[in-house]
Amino acid sequence: MKYPTAALAAAIALASGPAALAQTQINVLRVVVNPEQEAYLEQIARDFEAQRDGVTVTFDYVANEAYKARLPTLLQSNAAPDIFYSWGGQTVVEQVEAGFLQPIDDHLPEGFRETIPEAGLQAYEVEGQLYGLPQYATEVVLWANRELTEQAGIDLDAIQTWDDFLGAVQTIKDAGITPIIAGGQDKWPLHFYWSYLALRHGGPDIVTNAMAGENGGFENEAFIEAGREFLRLVELEPFQPGFISTTYETASGMFADGAGAFHLMGDWDYLPMRERSTSGEGLPDEQLAIISFPTVAEPLAEGGNEATLGGINGWAVSASAEPEAIEFLAFMMSAENQREAGAQELFIPIAIDTSDAMENPFYVQVARNIEASSYHQIFLDQFLGASVGATINDISADLAQGTITPEDAAAQVEEAWDFR
Amino acid sequence: MTLADAERRLPASARWRRAVSNGRVSAVLILLPPALILFTMFVTLPLGESAWYSFFNWNGYGTPSNFVGFGNYERILNHSVFHIAVGNTLKIVAISLLVQMPLALFLALLIYKKTPTNAVFRLVFFLPYILAEVAAGLIWSFVFDGNYGVTASIAQSFGLGNVFILSDPDLAFMAIMTVIVWKYFGFHMMIYIAALQSVPQDQIEAARIEGASRWQVVRYVQIPHIRPAIAVSAFFAIIGALQVFDVIIPLTNGGPSNQTHTIVTYLYTFGLTRLNIGFGSAVGVILFIGAVTVAVFYQRIFMKRAEA
Repeated sequence: MKYPTAALAAAIALASGPAALAQTQINVLRVVVNPEQEAYLEQIARDFEAQRDGVTVTFDYVANEAYKARLPTLLQSNAAPDIFYSWGGQTVVEQVEAGFLQPIDDHLPEGFRETIPEAGLQAYEVEGQLYGLPQYATEVVLWANRELTEQAGIDLDAIQTWDDFLGAVQTIKDAGITPIIAGGQDKWPLHFYWSYLALRHGGPDIVTNAMAGENGGFENEAFIEAGREFLRLVELEPFQPGFISTTYETASGMFADGAGAFHLMGDWDYLPMRERSTSGEGLPDEQLAIISFPTVAEPLAEGGNEATLGGINGWAVSASAEPEAIEFLAFMMSAENQREAGAQELFIPIAIDTSDAMENPFYVQVARNIEASSYHQIFLDQFLGASVGATINDISADLAQGTITPEDAAAQVEEAWDFR
Repeated sequence: MTLADAERRLPASARWRRAVSNGRVSAVLILLPPALILFTMFVTLPLGESAWYSFFNWNGYGTPSNFVGFGNYERILNHSVFHIAVGNTLKIVAISLLVQMPLALFLALLIYKKTPTNAVFRLVFFLPYILAEVAAGLIWSFVFDGNYGVTASIAQSFGLGNVFILSDPDLAFMAIMTVIVWKYFGFHMMIYIAALQSVPQDQIEAARIEGASRWQVVRYVQIPHIRPAIAVSAFFAIIGALQVFDVIIPLTNGGPSNQTHTIVTYLYTFGLTRLNIGFGSAVGVILFIGAVTVAVFYQRIFMKRAEA
């Protein structure tokens, strides 16, 4: 009921002419969220309105793919949202180049920047200017089904390196259990393997260097080596039968039904995988474990073994937004609101020292991982923009089926990057 | 001499006066603009725009500025996935003409007569066509599911183990073609039924009296009579095959390894979802040229002959 009221208020404000021009309307566009998160965001909007006279905040939600497709058109129209959801990275760069975003540094409250980790801010910075703010971070981890790994006689703590992991996969397979569940039809769940391996081998700077065209770009040895290591896994036939026609949603439900021992997926899958399981309950917490992606024993460059892969999701501010919109964004990102999100277990807040209210052991572990990480690489399929990202997803799916060589895979990515 | 011929012989000024006085001009002035404006806005302008965009490397943000000439076209024509997409589209054309249309004709011949049972069958065969494409794709993706699907149970009962049809690059497109035949044969069947019902009954009877077998009646009386309908149905089949999209997205999304794309899913996947608007526009232009060529030549060659 809040939304029609706000719309009515806006309509009245517009209709009543100059006297009501003091009214400021802030439109926020976001990819669809679950009802709990929606309630959380609405509450923040009402709190802000209570503090600031004459300001109304409206949230709109659009489904994921539709959001990505509509945004470019929307930003060029008069109906451009003031604040919109963003995955950071190359997309932000493209939006800045097209003049759709505005630098927000000058309108942020004093000392605000210091409350957000530098790595998070970087995702929304272009040439030293800040165009948005991160809200939360996610990490891709290996979810493990303890019951199945114990049945196969695997000690999860002993899995440190990629070779350990390959050994474990073989042991599990020999025990007659499906080692890994993967949602291959959507392709992006498979790109985590290639990205992580490239990051492990090439070190924290591998992607930024490749973007700058240094050391062979995306045909750098680290990317080719990532393909080779991935193929070593693929040769063990570790995935469930028909994994390439399984969607992410199905795969996540299958893992929660106990169909396989591992699932390489983001921490966000914790609640959804339960909802997608046959029973609706999924695996109990004590049967579930998360381990960090294995390290490589002889990396080509240093520092990659301590890095993490995941998302830094947040908000960008469009060029037409009023200063109030930026104030609202800062308010939304306040330590108090961030801590509240952690307490409600909606997401892992990114602001410094705000994850202390979280109790869920898995979220706590992920928050620690990200804090301890040498570098938090954003998912390559989003970091590099839609076109190059989709190419990486393509080659990852092809590698997982063994229909492409590591060299060809790297060459395709380089070609896509050149032509982006 | 018909009335129209008489009118044509009048001088232009007289024709114009008559058109004004009998209200034809005002009818044109009132009725034409809405259609013309809509057609211009939603067909002609977008066509021109995509032709323009196709010369740019443009991601949809701002205005296109990176002019690449025929670069997009060059990339498309050298792209292996595009070759696969064109091949698949041709396969769909072939399967539509060689399997779907004969099947539709066969069924139409069985049930064209107006009886209550035939009405039921007609409805049953026409149902797939009514179903939304995306829904049909989703339903079939369950049918083909290697764990729980109907095909899985059939394969298991033959002791074949689990077969993952949509994961297999060779089988996946066969599965898609099966769905397409299933989805659209009812449409062609209806065209034939309508045509068959208008075949003069006395000719059929005359042929029978002359001792023609059932097959000979079909071959020498009914099919020649419905040739215009077959020409139209083949035309729809070809143009439809060029446009196949919504069945494939829920079934395979173009996978595995981009083996099951058609030209339109190729356009969508590599142009729209990747925000390569210039590239996608170029694919659109190629598809448009292909469709127009087919349409014009088909009209010239087959439709004319069918009328003759």
